[in-house]
Amino acid sequence: MTLAKPRRRVPRLLVQLLPALTGVGMIIGWEAICLSLSADQRFLLPSPAEVGRAFVEKGPALWSAAMATGGGALIGFGLAVTLSFLIALFLSLSPLVRASFYPYLMILQMTPIIVIAPILILWVGPGLKSVVIITFLICFFPMVVNTTQGLISTDRNLVDFFRMCKASRWQEITLLRVPSALPYFFTGLRIGATLAPIGAIVGDYIAGNSAGGQGGLGFLTIIYSSQFQMGALFATAAVGCLLGFIFVAGVIALSWLALHKWHDSFSRSDA
Amino acid sequence: MTSESLVPIVELAGVDKRYGDGPLILDQVSFTAKRGDFVSLIGPSGCGKSTVLKLVSGLNPISGGRIVVDGVEPSKAVEKLAFVFQEPTLLPWHNVVHNVELPLRLHGTDAAQRTELAKRALALVGLADRMDYYPRQLSGGQKMRVSIARALSVSPRILLLDEPFGALDEMTRDHLNEELLAIRQQLGWTAFFVTHSVAEAVFLSNRIIVMSANPGRIYSEIPVSLAYPRTEETRQSPEYQKLVAEVSKILRSVERLKA
Repeated sequence: MTLAKPRRRVPRLLVQLLPALTGVGMIIGWEAICLSLSADQRFLLPSPAEVGRAFVEKGPALWSAAMATGGGALIGFGLAVTLSFLIALFLSLSPLVRASFYPYLMILQMTPIIVIAPILILWVGPGLKSVVIITFLICFFPMVVNTTQGLISTDRNLVDFFRMCKASRWQEITLLRVPSALPYFFTGLRIGATLAPIGAIVGDYIAGNSAGGQGGLGFLTIIYSSQFQMGALFATAAVGCLLGFIFVAGVIALSWLALHKWHDSFSRSDA
Repeated sequence: MTSESLVPIVELAGVDKRYGDGPLILDQVSFTAKRGDFVSLIGPSGCGKSTVLKLVSGLNPISGGRIVVDGVEPSKAVEKLAFVFQEPTLLPWHNVVHNVELPLRLHGTDAAQRTELAKRALALVGLADRMDYYPRQLSGGQKMRVSIARALSVSPRILLLDEPFGALDEMTRDHLNEELLAIRQQLGWTAFFVTHSVAEAVFLSNRIIVMSANPGRIYSEIPVSLAYPRTEETRQSPEYQKLVAEVSKILRSVERLKA
């Protein structure tokens, strides 16, 4: 193959179909591997058909678990977004403030959740509260870091311009620093959105249903794994994954609303 | 010439500037600008010509000497001054008209009035039909026009321009130079213009101040007696070309000084 060969344009329809085709190919490959397994190995890897059956059988349980986990993730994520924004505003005030508080935020981030969880259960009790707090802890840090970075990266000339116009500190923050930090803020949000459902599932796994209430996907994981229900476990994983996609899609939609008119990340290449 | 036009509008007397404990950036810079003057500051990079503008604007404090802007110290003259940066420095999330009215908004002008003033300023730079555009939809020259309109929106008496056309192609630059003079003819502000281009300085100014570097000092001042209004024909005239050659020669001798 020569490098200089002019590339033929791939038809648009094909480009859009390719991801789906890849998916179908992978499922066929997966089914083929399952068929090649010996009977006593087969339970290790459920076939796509078995996972599909688990979806139908466990449908109601998966649905209510997904709602519980999604709800916990949403509350934790919402709290993390709000608090991370306020803390980032505070941190952006001066390098001195950042130097004084950053190390402790790092410590919070570095402390393993699995160790904090039992403490949390003792403090606030198992169930939704613990799930929310664990979700918060998992997705909070990247959002603080990104938003702070955005707030302190304002174009120097624009800051000078505001100061020349004798803008107040408040005007400088609300009319300049916050809007110019939005792209960073949404980058943080996107990372947070992928972490929030994971956080909620982990939280639920550790601290979810020991009180006997409505369990989430983490709780289902405990049950299905204890019963070696491999198909149902795969289905649970898929639901968790879907939850993540919904969160990320939500954040992308929000960032589109906020940025598409002016930010280069949403400009069409032909514009 | 009325008596008012003889009153100095900007006066620098023995101005020194250093940042913190750093080296002296400006050393004993003194000059006076009369109302209606178009003063260009030219000199090798590092001669502090942009610093002079920032001091006059009141953004940075002086380290010694005195600056008087229209009778008061620079930081009290905010409403009389407007600054045009090297880059357009527009807010990308605001459309053109919101960008232009921003200084008025920061000064607390009410919404209806500032829109009116912004529209008028945009008409002056020929962009009345681009009010709803976002900066990224404009060309480099158009963005610079918006930036100038933003400066004009506050009806300044003194316009400080820090190499505003440096990044533009020559055609656009020439064109904007002519437009700038045409607007000045109408509004009559005093201008301080920092540039690297001798041709631009000669075309625009009635006075050119050549500065030398390390530390920044005034090296010489050249009066430009070409009559206003100046147009494309001015560039063809022998007097203009003679002045460009003369200023270039002085600039070269300043650069040798540095080396």
